[in-house]
Amino acid sequence: MTAQIQNADLARSKLAESLGRNWYKFSRNPLSIVGLGAVSLVVFLAVFAPLVAPHPEAAGKFVDFENASLAPCVRYPFGTDVIGRDIMSRIFFGFRFSLTMGVIVLALVVPVGVTLGLIAGYNQGTWLETVIMRVTDIFLAVPPLVLALAIASVLTPNLFNAMIAVSLMWWPWYTRLVYGLASTLRNEFFVSSAETLGASKAHIIFREILPNCISPIFTKMSLDMGWVILIGSSLSFVGLGVQPPKPGLGTMVADGSNYLPDQWWISVFPALAIVVVVLSFNLLGDGLRDMFAAEEV
Amino acid sequence: MNRDDILTATDLKKYFVIGHSDLLKRNPITVKAVDGVSFAVREGETLGLVGESGSGKSTVAYTTIGMYRPSAGAIRFRGRDLFEGNKPRSLALKKEIQIVFQDPGSSLNPRRTIKQILELPLRIHRRNEDRMEQVIRLLEMVELPPDYAYKYPQMLGGGEKQMIAIARALATDPAFIILDEPTSALDVSIQGKIINLLMQLQDEFNLSYLFITHDLSLMRNVASRVAIMYLGKICEVARTAEFFRQPYHPYTQMLLSAIPVISEEEETLKPKRIVSTGEIPSPVNVPGGCSFHLRCPARMEVCSRVDPVMVEVEEGHTVRCHLYEQGIGVQGQ
Amino acid sequence: MTALLEIKDLHVHFDVYGGTLRVLDGVNFVVQSGQRVGLVGETGCGKTTTMKSILRILPTPPARIPQGEIYFKGQDVLKMKKGDLQRIRSEGISMIFQDPTAALNPVFTIGQQLEAVVRHSMEGGKLSKGKIREQALVPLREVSLPDPERMLDSYPIQLSGGMRQRICIAMALVASRELLIADEPGTSLDVTIEDQILRLLRRLVEEKNVSVILITHTLGVVRETTDRVYVMYAGNMVEVADTEELFANPLHPYTHGLMAAVPRLTGGGISDGIPGRIPDYLNPPPGCRFHPRCERAMDICREEKPAFYQVNTDHEVACFLYRDGQK
Repeated sequence: MTAQIQNADLARSKLAESLGRNWYKFSRNPLSIVGLGAVSLVVFLAVFAPLVAPHPEAAGKFVDFENASLAPCVRYPFGTDVIGRDIMSRIFFGFRFSLTMGVIVLALVVPVGVTLGLIAGYNQGTWLETVIMRVTDIFLAVPPLVLALAIASVLTPNLFNAMIAVSLMWWPWYTRLVYGLASTLRNEFFVSSAETLGASKAHIIFREILPNCISPIFTKMSLDMGWVILIGSSLSFVGLGVQPPKPGLGTMVADGSNYLPDQWWISVFPALAIVVVVLSFNLLGDGLRDMFAAEEV
Repeated sequence: MNRDDILTATDLKKYFVIGHSDLLKRNPITVKAVDGVSFAVREGETLGLVGESGSGKSTVAYTTIGMYRPSAGAIRFRGRDLFEGNKPRSLALKKEIQIVFQDPGSSLNPRRTIKQILELPLRIHRRNEDRMEQVIRLLEMVELPPDYAYKYPQMLGGGEKQMIAIARALATDPAFIILDEPTSALDVSIQGKIINLLMQLQDEFNLSYLFITHDLSLMRNVASRVAIMYLGKICEVARTAEFFRQPYHPYTQMLLSAIPVISEEEETLKPKRIVSTGEIPSPVNVPGGCSFHLRCPARMEVCSRVDPVMVEVEEGHTVRCHLYEQGIGVQGQ
Repeated sequence: MTALLEIKDLHVHFDVYGGTLRVLDGVNFVVQSGQRVGLVGETGCGKTTTMKSILRILPTPPARIPQGEIYFKGQDVLKMKKGDLQRIRSEGISMIFQDPTAALNPVFTIGQQLEAVVRHSMEGGKLSKGKIREQALVPLREVSLPDPERMLDSYPIQLSGGMRQRICIAMALVASRELLIADEPGTSLDVTIEDQILRLLRRLVEEKNVSVILITHTLGVVRETTDRVYVMYAGNMVEVADTEELFANPLHPYTHGLMAAVPRLTGGGISDGIPGRIPDYLNPPPGCRFHPRCERAMDICREEKPAFYQVNTDHEVACFLYRDGQK
């Protein structure tokens, strides 16, 4: 019994130490901390939008022609649009769509793409690998945005279908990434060892190979959040994503484009918001890469 | 085959096709990594396998453990063909034959704890027992403390990692273990402990070992019989003391004469120095006749034409060399 | 006579998570012209760190050199400016690394890599293309590589390990060198090929008066190929003597332990080796760093660090057992 308690203590202290060590590696580059902070801010704003937005009603159906097209001022820090809605509040709510899109697309794409990559990488030289990788190649051969547009235009334009479109063009990148990793890792001696011990293929793929792929996958996921949001915004911009009056960031940029350059704030602030979100996920991704890098002394 | 041979290889061959010399794929370029190897390991003994790179000793190890299928020939465990039919090896056979790889840094998964690493074989081959207890018992067997269970391999020293690899091999309760250069990647100061542990475990559990190394001084202290390989074939087999005292094959003599020793006493035990000339030919371009003839100081005309066969020069001592065929007698040296 | 290379009281620290690794703790090391010096020690004792400091190729950060001097031909390398340092790296000292496969770029031919070295050597920058190729052939012949012209057009992957190692040695010889540092040159090679490489190094020493520092953990190799040996443990030199003297009369308990651990051709079993592990450089033991593993540790060993004590001519030991000369 004491042995079990001791072991649990050991496991806990090991966890604490590894967290400390990881933070050390992550924080070497101050920009990573900026990225982490900015992402946290965006998430916070998205989650608590109804509470922190200065004019939460602006996110939905709302008109206030008295206060329409106001330049940025104290009451409306980012100004208002042509029907009087507060841009800043709309941006906060817009983050919800962006993050939702990112999270859901990745939640669909990563398990599928990674699993296919693992299977293909471990079964190199078999028909299984050929089939998986050729299908992957086909999807990769089509220019991504074109594919997304094609799919989205066939389906009813809304956020949900935009997510489907993006997912369908995104999964091959994970398959390609993991295929490369897995096909190298399968030649490692710890994999041979598991085979000679009699481990099942499922064990080898998910318990031996996958844990060694986690770092590049997580790093890519963080960078991808930014890209998915960008593509989603692009789809919204051309009318295939978030539909007005919902405050998708891309939709807002599109709405405001008619009023440039006089009422510049209607497009510019949502566009800046997109930049900030994408940039902060990129910085966070760089930080994660540093964190996962092996230490060398 | 003796009644107490636990593992025998009969005319084992393993060829790899590494490419083709023309676009239509008519002429395959073949590496004859193992080209007709026969040996027997007796129950409870250690057979040493010596050879330089390209000799095929690792291929022998990997084929025996089942990572490769032989191109020809057979390997039998307690009389049973290990590669029967086209099926993958059964779990029952995997349990009996295990391997310890050369580099403990890459044979232990850096993302798994020691506990997870040792539990894997336990989970596959033994059911219904308290696994944590068994893991601790395995750690005790290799003289490591129980708190190592929660460590990751990178936290261990090279010697300790190799101990874990040994513990893992023992976890299935095997009868036969292949040791592929188990201490080559380690410092000499920890080598002894690991070797002595392996000998102890051999006594305790009546294990049989195929011990592969290029370190002849180590071999002298570990193996009961030694076989030496060159370019895919065995040149000489003998009991250890014999092998070092009275080497017959010119390659054996050359290798023994180049051992770096640290005392004058040991110098006197070495054959007269034969400096090796030329390169080791690649296993893709094996010279005709005896594969060693281009580097052999005692080569004769027949050596470039005909490949010699294995003959017994003394009881339990076999050599594959034209110098000793048809009982020509002891020559060379 | 000024030594060719002299390292004085070198300290090297690494800043990592959790503190500072005090790896080198006052290393002293001397190499004369035309001498073959062996450096023996376990993995992690600091041999490679010491050698990398000489050429200043340590990654700084996380490495730091808080104290110490390295004199090459009388000048302190650690204080040199970029230009002088470059000249030393291209003409004075070169290093051959442990794994020849990793040291050669797989996507360039041998010729391209050798020619690059020629071009970067001080005279080489002004030569014509044809002359550069000629210069590249010279060291290839010196290391007895078969068919040097064809070698220039080959890729590393087409060659054996022994050939690659010889090419690394050839690259190290391109400009006139005075000091060659060979880091475990035979580890990834077979005994007979290693033998050839070591003979080659010996010939180079004799013919060109090149000094060689041979790093290895194989005592047998040291005995056959060096004139003088340093034994290193955990960031300190613990013993130095002429080779014959060291093997006839090893003094430091660590040296004893190493020699006892080597398997003998005479048979008779192997000793368990030296118990324990190298110390944690974050918190190295006080006093003599070897004392936790030493059978003959005394109280003073736990408190103070021993200095180098002279025992015979040219034989020094860092051990309190010999504080008053030969015990």
